[in-house]
Formats: sequence, structure tokens, C-alpha cells
Amino acid sequence: MGIFEAMLLTIITAATPLVLAAIGELVTERSGVLNLGVEGMMVMGAACGFIATQATGSPYIGILAGIAAGALFSLLFGFLTLTLVANQVATGLALTILGLGVSSMIAEPYLGQSGIKLPQIVFPVLSDIPFLGPVLFKQDLIFYLSIALVAGVNWFLFKSRAGLKLRSVGDSHASAHALGINVIRTRYLAVMFGGASAGLAGAQLSLVYTPQWAENMSAGRGWIALALVVFASWRPWRIVAGGYLFGAVSISQLYAQAFGIGIPSQLLSALPYLATIIVLILISHNRRMTLINTPASLGKSFVPDR
Amino acid sequence: MKKLLFALATTAAVIGFSAGAYAADKAKVCFVYVGSKTDGGWTQAHDIGRLELEKALGDKIETQFLESVPEGPDAERAIERLARSGCGLIYTTSFGFMDATVKVAAKFPDVKFEHATGYKTAPNLATYNSRFYEGRYIQGQIAAKMSKKGVAGYIASFPIPEVVMGINAFVTGARAINPDFKIKVVWANTWFDPGKEADAAKALIDQGVDVLTQHTDTTAPMQVAAERGIKAFGQASDMIKAGPETQLTAIVDTWGAYYIKRTQLFLDGKWETQSSWDGLKDGILTMAPYTNMPDDVKAMAEETQKKIESGELKPFTGPLKKQDGSEWLAAGASSDDGTLLGMNFYVEGVDDKLPQ
Repeated sequence: MGIFEAMLLTIITAATPLVLAAIGELVTERSGVLNLGVEGMMVMGAACGFIATQATGSPYIGILAGIAAGALFSLLFGFLTLTLVANQVATGLALTILGLGVSSMIAEPYLGQSGIKLPQIVFPVLSDIPFLGPVLFKQDLIFYLSIALVAGVNWFLFKSRAGLKLRSVGDSHASAHALGINVIRTRYLAVMFGGASAGLAGAQLSLVYTPQWAENMSAGRGWIALALVVFASWRPWRIVAGGYLFGAVSISQLYAQAFGIGIPSQLLSALPYLATIIVLILISHNRRMTLINTPASLGKSFVPDR
Repeated sequence: MKKLLFALATTAAVIGFSAGAYAADKAKVCFVYVGSKTDGGWTQAHDIGRLELEKALGDKIETQFLESVPEGPDAERAIERLARSGCGLIYTTSFGFMDATVKVAAKFPDVKFEHATGYKTAPNLATYNSRFYEGRYIQGQIAAKMSKKGVAGYIASFPIPEVVMGINAFVTGARAINPDFKIKVVWANTWFDPGKEADAAKALIDQGVDVLTQHTDTTAPMQVAAERGIKAFGQASDMIKAGPETQLTAIVDTWGAYYIKRTQLFLDGKWETQSSWDGLKDGILTMAPYTNMPDDVKAMAEETQKKIESGELKPFTGPLKKQDGSEWLAAGASSDDGTLLGMNFYVEGVDDKLPQ
């Protein structure tokens, strides 16, 4: 295996959790809800995924547990912001802090244990393609899921009737409500999808990336996912582009250091963020395009007047 | 509302009073941790020391700790809170707590402070450190014997003297065995991020290193090394569980004896400020069992350890050259502690440019 294949494999592992958490948050935000609790839901998914895997011996049950944990945890956010109409920004931040605390507490007995790594699923013929085969078709289930999810979300948002309704809720909840769309239910479902995706991203951390549990192991990836949604200007495939760009730059800088390239490591560490900012500036250059894609009701609470 | 406030005030007063009364019985010794007390590395080692202290002097003192305290302004608040709550002796256990500890120590002249791995002292502020580099020198020797390619990988955290010293000790040890030995360094710019540490390990292994060592706190690099079938060294705690067939040895911090000694002095009223820097011979630093290596390598490692303990061998002894080829130490000369504590250059054999 050449060094570039090896690098690509590392990049894919690093980018997958970002893509997963970001695509979930994208759907949530498209419905007009800003959930800043991605980091908290992610770390809950990591903890519950790891615990379930250790208890049952099956990482696939761990994946389900991670998804369920993220979805349930986001339900708390949904209840507070949608039913009780609490401030979304404050509640999201609280969700992150709560998630970090609760996950540390429930997973404490599992610290220091070596986990079970999610096995690879090898596609018989495709994996023999030179170069791309081993990189793309010798991966674990979560990687395949991440790509399928992005394709699915893209189709759902822009090709399906339900997706159109979801976007209309995000753009103008009052008009959607007048048209008879159940705004609150739509938003609940979108929030839970976001939670489930973040939970799956967390499970990837504790089952694929580093099969172990460590407190706060998401280490800020939830925040990067949040930034990616803006980076992608709420378009699904751009999440993949952004996630892989970020992953590629942050991994290449480690390889460059090991190669002995002689550039200060502090600068190299800042590169992924720098690259993201530059692309963001380029994208938002076209103000009209940005406005079209930004959900107009983002972050605004909705109280149906009965 | 007034009633509620009154109730709160009374409750607070009662709690404050009872805490005060309790503190009068037993001296309160407090700890500030940068990580979780079960992190499997740096902080856990300090917490084991705290438990040993409790076991030894539990009838005269009680201990209290704050964990996962971030370095920066929060640290100052946390330390001050402890000082206010009646702690007589406070150990702050991370380099990044230095300035916060100095500030709080100035405000509370009657409270004694001990700061780990720092270099600023005051009449009521002592520092303590461990000569980790002695262990890294032994690791370097083992690496030189175990590596087939003559290249080791080193995952570093931040370019501070402590870490640079470790890198240099490792290389110096390795080159004492194999004069052509080289190391590749990757700066993760974090103490704690399992994912990033694993990525760094992969980057190093993909570029051909066959022994891995780390100066970051999680077991993720050990796990990657195990997966890729190379050998590795543990950091701060014995990491054998993460790599039963991978770990060669680990530097294990054993702070207990120091905590007991200093707390006893505090109880006797004989506590004085100092800058303590002990090593293998004092037992503040121990090596995890030498495993997964042939007997002759193990014998060599034990031999080196004995020589360091007896003072016969000082890891940084000339002839040693700096990375640029200029002379650092003449034959037979040993480095003074001041140079080590402010180390900001590489020795020969490091394949990296030191971030300044």
C-alpha cells in the first residue's frame, strides 16, 4: 500500500464523523432550528455506543445504541426549545455541557478498556480496483452510511414533497403553518434526525476512529461540524467537500511533519481552519446565492397562534 | 423573595460554619487536576498519589480535589475557591496552572502552594518536578535495540522545554546504542485528543517508523501501534492494557512519596519553599515492567536504570552536539539543570525543525 492510499484512509476516518454530524445538523437547520448541542450529542453517542459494544460484544449494536442515544438526547433539546419555546442558542450550549458531563459519568467504568473495532465490509470485485478499490470499498459500515446519508438527504430535501415541506418550515414557519403544515412536528423530527446523526458520528469515534472511551473524546469535532454546515451553505454535497477538505488539510499537516518538512507546527495546525475560512469567504462572496440557501427562520422560535 | 434570600443566606452560613468547624479538626490538603482523575495517564498518576497520601496521613488530614480544571482564567478561580474554603496546602498539578497559582499564592500568604513542573516560586509557593527524561533515555536505548529501521516516531504535545528535553533524552539514549539512529517528530498541539493522537501515530507509522513513543496523554497511539504490529512506549501511567503485546515499558509517575513527605512537613510546621526535581533514584518516577523484548535488551535497560539510579550515568553527558552540528557538551561534561529546564534546541539526530 502506497503512502497516498494510507493517507487517504486516515483522511476518510477523520472526515467521516464530521460529515455525519454536519449532515444531521444541516437537516435540523433547514427546518429552522439551530442546535448548538452537536458536541454534546456526539459525545453521548460515543459513550453509549462504546458501552453497548462492551456489554454485548457486537459493535453493530453499539452503532444502534449511539444513534438512539443521540436521538433521545436531542429530544430533550426539542422539548425545551419547541414545546417550552426556550432560547435555542442557550439550550444548545447547555446540551453540550450536559452531554459532556453525563457521558463522563455513565462511561466512567469503561475508561482504559480496549474496545472492539467495527469490522470492514469488503466489496468483492470493486475492492480489487487499483488505488481506489482498497480506499473506497474496504471500509466499515459507518463510512458507507455517511455517503448514503448525504445522498439520501440531498434527494429528500430537493426531490421529495416532505423535503419541500421541511424547507418551507425553515424558511417561513408562519406561512408553512398557514398552509396546514405541522411546524412543531416537522421540527421535532428534524431535530431528532440531527441527534441521531450526531450520535452515529460519536459511535464512529469510539468504534472506528479510536476504539476506546476517553472523556470528552469528541474534542471539539461537534463545533467543527457546526461550522461545516455554514461552510456548505446548507447544501448536502458541500458538506462532503468541506468535511474532506478539513480532514485532508489536518491529516496532511501531520504527514508533512513526520516527513520533516520544516514548517512551524503551530502554523500547520492552524491550516485546516485557515483553509475553511478562505473557502467560506469565497462562497459567501456571492451574496444572493447565500441568501437563497440560508433558512430564513433559522433560530427563531415558533408559537402557533390558536 | 426576601424570605427565600434569607433562607439561602442562612443555609450558606450553616454550611460555611460546619465546613469551618470541620477544617479545624483536620488539615485540608487540596489538589487541582487538569484532566479527569481516571484519564489513564497524567492526572490519574496524581490521584493515585493523593490516595496514597490519604492512606498514610488520613487520621490527620482530609483531601479534596477539583478535576478537569481548564488552564487559564478558570484555573485561577478554582484555586482561589480552594484557598478560601480552608485548604492549608494546595497542589496544582499542571504546567499551565503556573501563573494562576502564583497569583492566588500572593493573595493568600498563609496558605501553602505546590505547583508541578513549573519554575516560579514564592515564600509560600514551592515547585516539584520529576526527571522524566531519565526514563526517556532508557526508552531511547530500548528503541535503538528494537528498531530494525533505525527510526522511531515521537508524538509530541507542545514545544515547551519539558517536551523538548524528553525528545533530546530519547535521541541521546538511542544514539548511545546506534550512532545513526533518527527520530521523526509530530507535534499534535494537544495533550488530549484521542483522534488526533491516533492520526499522528498513523502518519508516523505510514512513513516507516517501527517504534513509537508519545508525550500526549491518551492510549490511542498505543492502540494504533498494536493494530499495525509495531512496538511502543506508554506515557505517565502503565498502558499495558491498551497494548499487551505492544508496550515495551512506560514511564510511570509515582507522586505518592513526595506528597506524603511534603504534607508531613506541612503538618509539622516545617514546610519551606523549594524547587524539587527528583528522579528514578527517589522513586518519583518508575519504569513499568520491561515487556515484549528479548532478554538481552531487558538486561541492558535494567543495567542503564541502575546506573542512572546510582548517579553513575547522567543522560545528558558529552560529547553531545546540537542539531546544527555545533558542540553542546564537551566529552565528559554534564548539562546543568538550568539548561535542561529552559531547553529550546534539539540535539543531533532529530529529524524535525523545532517550533519556536
